[in-house]
Amino acid sequence: MADPKEAIKEKSMVIQKDMLAKQFHDLSKAKELGKKVVYTFVPGNLTELILSFDMLPVYPEINALQSGMRKKSAAYIREAEKMGHSEDVCTYVKCDIGMMLNGNIGPTGEQLPKPDLLLLSYTGCFTFLKWFENLERLYPGVPVAMLHTPYQEDGKITKDQVDYMVKQLNEEVIPKMEKVTGKKFDSAKLSKLMENSAKAEDLLVKILESAKRKPSPIDAYFAGVYYIGPIFTAFRGTDSAVEYYTELWSEVQERIKLGLGPVTPEGELKEEKYRLVMEGPPNWTNFREFWKIFYDMGAVIVASTYTKVGGVYDTGFRHDPKNPLESLSKYCMGVYTNLNLPQRVDLIENYVKEYKADGFLINSIKSCNSFSAGQLMIMRQIEQRTGVPVGFIESDLVDPRYFSYANIKNRLESYFQMLEQRKIILKQEGVEA
Amino acid sequence: MKSLDIILKECEILAFDLTFSKAKKWKAEDKKRILVGYLPIYVPREIIHAANGLPVGIMGAGDRKQIIKGDAYYQSYICHLPRGIIEMALDKNLDDFDGFMFPAICDCVRNLSGMFKLSKKGKFQRYFDYPQNFDALIGGTFYIQEMEKILEDMHAINGVKVTAEAINKAIKLYNVNRKLIEEIYSIRQQYPWRLSAVETYHILRAGITIPVEEHNEMLKQVVDHIQKERGEPMDNIRVVVTGSFCEQPPIGLIKSIEMAGCYIVEDDFMLGSRQIQGEIKDNSKNPLEALADAYIHQSTFTSCFYDVENPRGKRLVKLAKERNADGIIFSAASFCDPALLDRPQMQQECDAVGIPHINFQYHENTGQFKVIKEQAGTFSDSIKLWA
Ligand code: SF4
Ligand code: SF4
Repeated sequence: MADPKEAIKEKSMVIQKDMLAKQFHDLSKAKELGKKVVYTFVPGNLTELILSFDMLPVYPEINALQSGMRKKSAAYIREAEKMGHSEDVCTYVKCDIGMMLNGNIGPTGEQLPKPDLLLLSYTGCFTFLKWFENLERLYPGVPVAMLHTPYQEDGKITKDQVDYMVKQLNEEVIPKMEKVTGKKFDSAKLSKLMENSAKAEDLLVKILESAKRKPSPIDAYFAGVYYIGPIFTAFRGTDSAVEYYTELWSEVQERIKLGLGPVTPEGELKEEKYRLVMEGPPNWTNFREFWKIFYDMGAVIVASTYTKVGGVYDTGFRHDPKNPLESLSKYCMGVYTNLNLPQRVDLIENYVKEYKADGFLINSIKSCNSFSAGQLMIMRQIEQRTGVPVGFIESDLVDPRYFSYANIKNRLESYFQMLEQRKIILKQEGVEA
Repeated sequence: MKSLDIILKECEILAFDLTFSKAKKWKAEDKKRILVGYLPIYVPREIIHAANGLPVGIMGAGDRKQIIKGDAYYQSYICHLPRGIIEMALDKNLDDFDGFMFPAICDCVRNLSGMFKLSKKGKFQRYFDYPQNFDALIGGTFYIQEMEKILEDMHAINGVKVTAEAINKAIKLYNVNRKLIEEIYSIRQQYPWRLSAVETYHILRAGITIPVEEHNEMLKQVVDHIQKERGEPMDNIRVVVTGSFCEQPPIGLIKSIEMAGCYIVEDDFMLGSRQIQGEIKDNSKNPLEALADAYIHQSTFTSCFYDVENPRGKRLVKLAKERNADGIIFSAASFCDPALLDRPQMQQECDAVGIPHINFQYHENTGQFKVIKEQAGTFSDSIKLWA
């Protein structure tokens, strides 16, 4: 996380910090607590299923981003490159491998336990497959459960695809979880967790959609990844997640009542000048600097796609306790990176329109083909369909070599100028921006 | 019988005819014929054949086309293959194609399928999901459903009702194709000087642009020709080249490896034509099941299939031993996550059994091979020295 001493925090942020600290503490004591540990990915994660077996999930992507924020990623990446990994490939993988080679010390300074199961939820990113094949060799003997999530190539989820996933859950994933834990699968327990998920999802959507207001009470990208979203993955399904989102929603309502803008690390945003929709992951190594460029200019991200990699809930999906396995399958298939390009364009177009955005911006990530390949076409489509100015910047998730502050700042400043000019023109024409 | 030189000349032209004129001519001869383009690596071409279609491999623009528009569609850190293909699409090279299949090798190809959808190229644009579950009842069933979608797409275009008989007939033809290709590799195994790797490459790549019947005829003649002595044996080392399964290395690169004193006795350049090993059952009542079984049980190793049960590093080592290779060259396209992320662990497997290896990266339009030639030359010399 960004330096906690400097940042101004809301109550919800404090709760989140405690929850995460406890999670990492539990992980460091997993063996003593007799808990089994599952490594798995954020997109298409099966958190409720994992929790129903009383296992603890570890998300290597989150460790990697935390390492990025704590300025440890450069050394980890170097370590992985020393063992033969190419400079060209996804830096999340290299950061994770480097961290593991360096003793697997987690973000709180405590050692992360070895996995008892590698749950390869292969959803929305080809690199996941490679990542866990690599980990499997680094943790010899640890079983891997492969869950292949079919891509929404046709822009819809078919019955055949759901059947394929449910069969894999029944015959590959659940048996491996049973074997690792020595427990029987408890469908009722899973459903109970999913009831909580749906409650948290309702709240999350309300929070995200609050950004439709002017001014927006939240920043749906920076804050979205900083304190709105992160809790979602590891805790979805728990009582504490519902409590957290209840608290957060009441804070947001309060902000709405008072007509306040988003919270930034330096306090309230005083004036919302530009409303943007953002595509692509953020940069983590210089997260605070990156965010600051935006809030200094009065730019608020009102909707983002990255916050939908853990699930797209604002178009209606909710975990369904009545059909737990079907619902988990649909959840996996519905995450943002599993949508096809036309669906992604439609979603962004809707965001621009519904959230009354002034512009659309892409942060293109060197590491991530899943996001980046095709973004330039997405950009053109959005420009044609909505007429808002589009912008494009490039960085990386956790490799500081690919974050050029001056370059990004320059580009953004020209982009904001463009937005400003358009506002003036629209005003002259009597159109509400 | 044509002379080998004539066949090779024809193949070279066909392999790099980026307008696919021969395929388009074939289609023009009959209204019910369709052209289905597919990207690397593999698709079950049999079902296209059975639907009165010609499966045409689209392996990229290589160094044969200047990329101008394509670069505006891709950031600098994305491999070269998709930008060449977009350029071809925008330049109307692919205009007579009825549909496109994008096999599930990586997210670049996956997202390219969406770009084709958005630009409405062809009447269908299918991302063809390889199941990563290798249980016949789970992954196999899914694979059959994937094939059925393509069959429906093709049916909607030409109305051809595909029968089991037609698929079985196609399987027979492709069985012959696979067998002849393997025969060429096994002759080259013993007499690598008789047909160079570049010539082999041209022959295989030509084959994915013409009807299989014609390619089989061509392959038979090649096999006949190379049964006889041709060329001169040289004091070369024997290498396996791996990692070039998608974006194709430029011919200059293959040539440089050969000129540096290496016989390429095994490679994964045209992997799609060789992915299924051995024969596919050609008399099944349910030939889609036979194709799915072949995918599940007879696929060779490659970066795009989940391999924890049967690690590809070990399979590479086994292959190198079978081919009696002296060393392995890891040659991957720049920014190719699948190939590059596999490399370290495959290299470790080589180290574990003492197989020497080198690696380099290329773009399909790389024009300078000096460094690669030197590197391969040093590799070959060092092996000769220590052998
Ligand atoms: S390629 Fe992208 S989605 Fe995949 S692991 Fe890397 S950062 Fe994550
Ligand atoms: S060369 Fe590699 S990264 Fe590029 S499209 Fe092919 S498999 Fe994907």
